[in-house]
Amino acid sequence: MPQISQLGESGFVSSQLFWLIIVFALVYFVIGRSMATKVVATVEQRDETVAGDLAAAESARAAADQSEEEWRAQENAAREQARAKLAEARARGAQASEARLAAANAELDAKGAEADARIAAARGAAMSEIDNVAAEAARDIVSRVAGADVDAAEARKAVESVRHGG
Amino acid sequence: MASDPTKIDPMHQFEVQTIAPMFDIGGVPISFTNSAFWMVVTLAVLWLFMLGGMKREVVPGRWQMMVEGFTGFIDKLLKENIGKAGRKYLPYVFSLFMFILFANLIGLLPLGLFAPVSKYVPELGVVTHPFTFTSHFTITGVLAIMSFSIVLIVGFAKHGLKFFSLFVPSGTPLIMKIIIAPIEFISFLFRPFSLGLRLFVAMIAGHILLKVLAGFVIQSSNASFLWGGVVGIPSFVLMVGVSALEVLVAGIQAYVFALLTSLYIHDAEHLH
Repeated sequence: MPQISQLGESGFVSSQLFWLIIVFALVYFVIGRSMATKVVATVEQRDETVAGDLAAAESARAAADQSEEEWRAQENAAREQARAKLAEARARGAQASEARLAAANAELDAKGAEADARIAAARGAAMSEIDNVAAEAARDIVSRVAGADVDAAEARKAVESVRHGG
Repeated sequence: MASDPTKIDPMHQFEVQTIAPMFDIGGVPISFTNSAFWMVVTLAVLWLFMLGGMKREVVPGRWQMMVEGFTGFIDKLLKENIGKAGRKYLPYVFSLFMFILFANLIGLLPLGLFAPVSKYVPELGVVTHPFTFTSHFTITGVLAIMSFSIVLIVGFAKHGLKFFSLFVPSGTPLIMKIIIAPIEFISFLFRPFSLGLRLFVAMIAGHILLKVLAGFVIQSSNASFLWGGVVGIPSFVLMVGVSALEVLVAGIQAYVFALLTSLYIHDAEHLH
């Protein structure tokens, strides 16, 4: 095994140690201390950036959700308000038309009653006119048939008694 | 053994060969070896790989994602095993994990396919013969000792002498404590050995197995067509499977090293 048999050779161990120390020192300082540290720092920085960006996106999403919620609430309130206004307007319209209908009805009723009264009056007048005409006719008939002159009032009384009493 | 050129020595791949002597430190010679060469290659490849992660784009490309995957893997490992304090050990554990992982994988590269090139350009011999330096306990041992030292330093700096309470399980009767504490202490001292040996043994075993099987393929097909069919082809099929397994082992061993290091650091940070 040369690892052991060469131990006796002069310069074997010293050369091995010398070169190992030189090379490993270079590896440690150049690779380990300088390069690896920088690489790790780069990775860490990137991780931080990514985590920061993610957090920013998350908070933006939360803000968007919040504003959407607010908008929705506002929208709902506006819709509710509009619905209430609409119902109120509808109620008011119905009320107004009902009142107008009632007024028109009352007017019509009054007009009808007036007309009825007028008709009744006209009929009364016509009736009394018929009585007058009948009395006249009766006096005429009496004077022609009996030759008696009958008083107008008496004739009228007789007509009335026939017409009303029978 | 190595003097016989027809014989295939599965241990030869672990031999550290001097490419160029450099200088002496206090009379101890230091030289550039094939082991050092592959350490430098590992460093360069690792640096190139990490370079792809340095674009630092917000939306990462594939390469950057891969680099971030590795750092994230170690970061998660530390967070799970040490907790929040784990972040400050990231440079060390990441370096350890990536260095071992890349060393293991590069050592497995079948660059020997290009070995004929080195016949004409002998200087390329070091490139065409990958050397797995994690199969040397002189290397894994140092890495293990480093991890263990960090545990000791952090433990004593954070808890002072209270760090020794790590060896005394809480809520046990006094008699049991007296028995358990030395056992815990010894097992604690064994940590660097098990840490270093595990990687070294796993690497050496896999590479020897691959080389032995390759030897079967070569020698059986040299012997005769029949033997090549009976022994060589099944050995080759087995080699393919073992190679896949070794890729897995390369990753697992790097992971285990990093995982155990972080577990030991957890002990130093939190005592229990």
